[in-house]
Amino acid sequence: MTLAAHALTVAIDAHTVLDAVSVSVAPGEMLAVLGPNGAGKSTLLAALAGIAAPTSGAVTLDGRDLKSWAPRDMAAARAYLPQNGALGWPLTVERVVALGRLPLQGLWGEARAAETLAIDEALDAMDARALKNRIATTLSGGELARVLLARAIVGKPRVLIADEPLAGLDPRHQIDALTRLRRMADDGRAIVIAMHDIDLAARFATRVALLSDGRVASDGAPQNTLTPATISAVFGVEARVGADADGAWVRLLR
Amino acid sequence: MTPPGQYALRLIGLATLVVALAAMSLLAGKIWFSPADAWRALVSGAPDLGGVIVRELRAPRAVLAILVGAGLGLSGAALQGLLRNPLAEPGVLGISTGASLGAVLSLYYGLSAAIPLALPVAGLIGAALTALLVVALARNGGTIALILSGAAVSSFGGALVALALNLAPSPWAATEIMVWLMGSLADRSWSHVMLAAPFVSVGAVLLFASGRALDALSLGEATAESLGIRMGRARLTVVAGAALVVGAVTAVSGAIGFVGLIAGHLVRPLVGFSPSRTLPAAALAGAALVLAADIGVRLVPIGPELKLGVVTALVGAPFFFLLILRARKALP
Repeated sequence: MTLAAHALTVAIDAHTVLDAVSVSVAPGEMLAVLGPNGAGKSTLLAALAGIAAPTSGAVTLDGRDLKSWAPRDMAAARAYLPQNGALGWPLTVERVVALGRLPLQGLWGEARAAETLAIDEALDAMDARALKNRIATTLSGGELARVLLARAIVGKPRVLIADEPLAGLDPRHQIDALTRLRRMADDGRAIVIAMHDIDLAARFATRVALLSDGRVASDGAPQNTLTPATISAVFGVEARVGADADGAWVRLLR
Repeated sequence: MTPPGQYALRLIGLATLVVALAAMSLLAGKIWFSPADAWRALVSGAPDLGGVIVRELRAPRAVLAILVGAGLGLSGAALQGLLRNPLAEPGVLGISTGASLGAVLSLYYGLSAAIPLALPVAGLIGAALTALLVVALARNGGTIALILSGAAVSSFGGALVALALNLAPSPWAATEIMVWLMGSLADRSWSHVMLAAPFVSVGAVLLFASGRALDALSLGEATAESLGIRMGRARLTVVAGAALVVGAVTAVSGAIGFVGLIAGHLVRPLVGFSPSRTLPAAALAGAALVLAADIGVRLVPIGPELKLGVVTALVGAPFFFLLILRARKALP
């Protein structure tokens, strides 16, 4: 399933947050959306998820405008992880992750064995199985971030849209999570993540879109988009880029 | 999480408590009945004094206590889920104030004395008008808009009730209004039950149907929407359900405080905080609370009869202190 924004403009009050943005992510791709604070990353992801309404332009999933999708079908096809995951109640981790299966379940839920299996798999993928019976509101920020990411992947969505899923994760869990997400992409899913770590994006993403002031400054393979010139233009930071046996790297200088 | 088997057991436990209290409610009062006498009075239809007391006074009172308690507990828990605010209660939308205002106006203009059931019907009309006003004010807005509209409408309704008291034609009328406002199930009949039951039932169906949406909402509105929940529709369903239930129970019983706030908090540690699981448990806990308080009201041997609303608030508040002390660490 391909997810695409076509000349997407989103204005909030009089302020244009996204200005004619066109990006797409196809099965097998992991698109990293990068850009400074306020560039429009979160709004782009929310619009791609169908949560923020376009002022003009359109978002299509599998070639169909999001507006023509039934909410339930769309929820089963794509998962969205917003940036600030706050919990309303002190639910157990198991219960939180189980909520990700709501779109797949009938009125009376689903067979307990199937649900448990999916939850355990998702928790394993995020190295959070040991947290299963903890109360989610008592977790550390990084632990909760992993649990919420497990919630997003527990329904095995064809398309995953995650807004800064790495925020709060320690280095090992950042690399673990990216490896896992990249493997999901390699398995034929389409993945969009907003992130700040340019070096990790260069190494793990199959494509990078650089956003600046609500416009796409550059979009393409990481080695083409993450150049010292674009990084300096978009972030105002000098950088050195290269590649070695472990993949591409980006070092930010000043 | 509480395993499903254990959850069912706990619901059965709560239901058993409700049945036991309802039975107790038939036996207890100025005249005590033995279980055998009460049973005979209930099924025989004999027109003696005992039969009339059990069938025409205590049975409707017990059924009404269940309706009122379950309705308040259920709508309180549903509103807490919708607004993601543990302090939400049935009064938050202004519906109970609207119902009170309608009832107070019928007392003020003497309609309640002239026409049977004028008071609860006026209460229902007041609740319906308030609900429409709140929804119209909060239209196209989110949860905060809803809370603010409820607060605004509620304080305006409260001001009008105070105005009615202020302008009451006689001290006697003012007393009558105040006494009604304290909430009671005394001297209610089967016609009160018949009047409230349909609204409470329809409202309860709407609230129970919102369980999934409320579950999804525990992760926030954006996530809930991404999980396929139509937020606007879910919000309207809960508000309509709560308005029907709260309007109907307030119209027949007056303002019964604290039950709607506390029932959900009482059962959450038992059933695991998931909103959809809290709803039936909170309904049962609310019914048990009101039944118990209504039995208590009859048994306390002091001069004027204590009013149910006063007792639920008196007993409920300290209990709430305890809950906060125990739970404050786990609360988000």
